Amino acid sequence: MARLEHNNIQLDSEGRLRHFLTIEGLGRDLLTRILDTAESFAALPGRPVKKVPALRGRVITNLFFETSTRTRTTFELAAKRLSADVLNFNVSTSATAKGETLLDTLRNIEAMHSEMFIVRHSQSGAAHFIARHAAPGVSVINAGDGRHAHPTQAMLDMFTIRRHKGDFAPLRVAIVGDILHSRVARSQILALNTLGVTEVRVIGPRTLIPTEARALGVHIFHDLDEGLRDVDVVIMLRLQKERMDGALLPSEEEYFRLYGLTNERLENAKPDAIVMHPGPINRGVEMDSEVADGPRSVILRQVSYGIAVRMAVMSLCIQTHAEVPA
Amino acid sequence: MKKSHIFMQHDAIVDLVDGMTHLLRHQLDDRGITEPAMIGIHTGGAWIARELHDRLGCSDPLGLLDISFYRDDFTRIGVNPQVRPSQIEFDVEGRDIILVDDVIQSGRTIRAAMNEIFDFGRPASILLATLIERGGRQLPIQPDVVGLRVPLQPHEHIRLRGPEQLTLEITQRG
Repeated sequence: MARLEHNNIQLDSEGRLRHFLTIEGLGRDLLTRILDTAESFAALPGRPVKKVPALRGRVITNLFFETSTRTRTTFELAAKRLSADVLNFNVSTSATAKGETLLDTLRNIEAMHSEMFIVRHSQSGAAHFIARHAAPGVSVINAGDGRHAHPTQAMLDMFTIRRHKGDFAPLRVAIVGDILHSRVARSQILALNTLGVTEVRVIGPRTLIPTEARALGVHIFHDLDEGLRDVDVVIMLRLQKERMDGALLPSEEEYFRLYGLTNERLENAKPDAIVMHPGPINRGVEMDSEVADGPRSVILRQVSYGIAVRMAVMSLCIQTHAEVPA
Repeated sequence: MKKSHIFMQHDAIVDLVDGMTHLLRHQLDDRGITEPAMIGIHTGGAWIARELHDRLGCSDPLGLLDISFYRDDFTRIGVNPQVRPSQIEFDVEGRDIILVDDVIQSGRTIRAAMNEIFDFGRPASILLATLIERGGRQLPIQPDVVGLRVPLQPHEHIRLRGPEQLTLEITQRG
């Protein structure tokens, strides 16, 4: 096969996915390949044995510098369903507290023959940094870095949309809420545009939509009713309560009045529009319980699809390790 | 350099499938099996299974198996770009299964397929039917019913193409 000349750290010399750090720089074919591979895993929960032997004997490490229960748990379950062994390092409470550097931590876990690191960090670019220093035959998957990216969350959202809507081309998708602080939103916008939807809208208060958002190819709305008109998919973002202190928002009540999703406001969207949320939901802040538990909500399906999508990314990345001698 | 030639055309392959149907009926009678269920291995095995499924009048929907994630060389060759979900819509537990593939060579595909079937449940029995049997076995797995035995050299590769017009093609490698 032809060796590719590229400077995308995520791809190997044959253009295959080695690290999964960001949607940026990945083409439609590759994103579609992730979604297609995930289809095989989405059927597993219906079986008596919910796992496949593909990564038997391999070691995958969750390296979490920022606490997260649900993301870590879904990565752990994904690895176990591929029959890999899983190490969990909660670094904030481990050796770094004793003065060990990030690279020392990395080398130590590599010495335990771990072939894959699932990294979450509050600093943007942390997963890239680890990927740049990872030994050959080691893959890094970004499980959220600062405000930068959360690519597996974006891909599970794409998987959910494809499962419910089929083709991406005719879709209008609205992302509502705190775009400014959201690594999820950035990754979603990139993925939606790469997969070729008709329109991506972002809806939120001026203080929570970054000025550079337009450069990502989105239409900006500050009025929820107007922004929701005729959309096929509504993605609600979590309002991080810690941001309230920064005077970016008046109050939760005021936010809900202006941007909270209710059944009444959902009337603006297409009759068959679906409602998504990356969780955990602040009920009565981002959306009404009626909407969250209602017939248009696919929020809980997102969680189970998340496992299938993470399995797909892991199994695709690990195949680039083939030429590396054990 | 690869050189390919057509080894067998559609009608002749259908004749082989008719022969397999006959042999399968015999085997099922011998074993006292009246309600077999059938599973075909993606892709070529599924095409042959579809034909056999019609001819035998199996009442359960045809099961389809993609063994990509069960291969013993998964981490060497990776994810098949055409991977699709396995679909078995009947309960495997306690059933008599006819497992169908297009070609048996090393036996590794069948081992992987049996491993996957057992993740759906514990069947009462599995009977193996393949359109083509060729040499090169690396595992102690033999088909119960064969359409045709083809003596091939190790550098020769036989492949079923379809799904509408079935043809068997032999490629010389080297």
